Amino acid sequence: MSAKLDRLCQNLRDVLGERVVDITVDRSEVTLVVSAADYLTAATTLRDHADLCFEQLMDLCGVDYAAFGEVAFSETARATPRFAAVSQLLSLTHNWRLRLRVFAPDDSFPVVASVADVWNGANWFEREAFDLYGIMFDGHNDLRRILTDYGFVGHPFRKDFPIFGHVEMRYDPAQQRVVYQPVTIEPREVTPRILREENYGKADGRG
Amino acid sequence: MAEIKNYTLNFGPQHPAAHGVLRLVLELDGEVVVRADPHIGLLHRGTEKLMETRSWIQSLPFMDRLDYTSMIINEHPYCLAIERLLGIEVPLRAQYIRVLFDELTRIHHHLFNLGAHALDVGAMAMVLYTFREREDICDILEAVTGARMHQAYYRPGGVYRDLPDRMPKYEVNKFKNAQTVKELNAARDGSVLDFIEDFANRFPGYCDEYETLLTDNRIWKQRLIGVGVVSPERALQLGLTGPMLRGSGVEWDLRKKQPYEVYDRLDFDIPVGVNGDCYDRYLVRMEEMRQSNRIVKQCIDWLRKNPGPVISDNHKVAPPAREKMKGSMEELIHHFKLVSEGMHVPPGEVYAGIEHAKGEFGVYVISDGANKPYRVKLRSPAFQNVSALDEMARGHMLADVVTIIGTLDIVFGEVDR
Repeated sequence: MSAKLDRLCQNLRDVLGERVVDITVDRSEVTLVVSAADYLTAATTLRDHADLCFEQLMDLCGVDYAAFGEVAFSETARATPRFAAVSQLLSLTHNWRLRLRVFAPDDSFPVVASVADVWNGANWFEREAFDLYGIMFDGHNDLRRILTDYGFVGHPFRKDFPIFGHVEMRYDPAQQRVVYQPVTIEPREVTPRILREENYGKADGRG
Repeated sequence: MAEIKNYTLNFGPQHPAAHGVLRLVLELDGEVVVRADPHIGLLHRGTEKLMETRSWIQSLPFMDRLDYTSMIINEHPYCLAIERLLGIEVPLRAQYIRVLFDELTRIHHHLFNLGAHALDVGAMAMVLYTFREREDICDILEAVTGARMHQAYYRPGGVYRDLPDRMPKYEVNKFKNAQTVKELNAARDGSVLDFIEDFANRFPGYCDEYETLLTDNRIWKQRLIGVGVVSPERALQLGLTGPMLRGSGVEWDLRKKQPYEVYDRLDFDIPVGVNGDCYDRYLVRMEEMRQSNRIVKQCIDWLRKNPGPVISDNHKVAPPAREKMKGSMEELIHHFKLVSEGMHVPPGEVYAGIEHAKGEFGVYVISDGANKPYRVKLRSPAFQNVSALDEMARGHMLADVVTIIGTLDIVFGEVDR
């Protein structure tokens, strides 16, 4: 690990103190996890503190961990929360990056604070995460759907939403208008999703 | 006194100046924009979701379809992300080829943008000239990759193949006689590198031509100067990157600040604007084309002198040469596994950002060790640019909205993904 990343981790621990739930460094990238309760104050500190100075929010996205490490989505209970909002921060002053992850505590109604007031650029990213994953951003002033169609039902990027969707659209000559109906295409998967054991194919493993 | 009410105007989605399928709900007070509400998503194809259902390599051609005015450069961050997750090295020649094509696409993209922007603002002729040069770049891309638009040329571990030795030539037909064909083929006698070099030598002259048409043009200046001003602080707050940020005077370019591939070995400058208006951004883009041209020349020099492999020899990632596959059992197994099941990428997450023609194009990938990505997030610069439209258009006249859309450099393939 380079000295610069060391310094960033140290600064994060010094400045944020108890608000740090976890810091990991993997492949020269630092990931900081904070709790949903501390999210907004941590974000403000990350932006304003002279030792951190993350002036820019590059990206914010929702993640659904429901099928992580599994072949397909299943209803089994998980130990960790299902939804997370992950943002990529950039500091131009120090020229370093940080990934900030916050898990939404409640799986059935995921809510995290909005950081659109801290970084105005987060506005549309949060609308997108709401649209695609159904994560509510508390304090967002304009949480409308953004990418899906007007009147769309459901959150399409959730792992339990089928890739073909639920409805399809066609022109009905009898009613002389466009109608929605349940999908008629058969679901198919050309290449199945395959997960191997950790030491698969190695000299000491099997296979 | 009569009651005066604001009225709303629907701009697009079928409007020639909307650069695709932008629907803009404008609230107007007379001719002054009070509020602009962009409705996007009319081109939403769910690329990120589709990528979760395809193997790593099958998703690569999706990247070209994002920003279809700078196709090949989109593949770059995706390949970088996979390479970082796998921890593999890319041969130096492949890195130079990637940089060469990144810069050619940057020129291609800026030409496209410049032509379309000028066309929107009323300078009809510009688009004819810029598309003339764009055609040369398309020819180069076609000669190297086989496709003019959607190349799918970069691969995790390198590029698909080395630059060919020949440039395709025009043939005599009923529209082109022998004399015309001879003139058209003048630069095409040598290799592709010779043709690119010829283009790079001609290109500064073309830039001068564009500048004589626009830079001091009174109408162009009246339409652009002072329109859509973004202060450096606001640009950072709004998450703007690339020429949008540099036009406001912030000197930030990932090629210099966080160099990837071989950018730290190349010599080029970063142009920045002063006022942060549309005119400064035009000047920045203009100068960026010249700087890209400088990089292209340096890459050509290096590529001429240094032959070598262009893709990794790790056959868990890159397929073996076809010739070897036909003769060796091990290579055949590698090939079969790669095309049927695809590579497995170790668990982890990576965010790879590059300096795209529009700004920072980032790919955030989460892998859980399967043969498909668990989650891919494409951070497209134009998405962020459109979100700034409201703030930039407020208080301007209706006609200035068109100028602002032009300077925002919107391509809906990547805004809607």
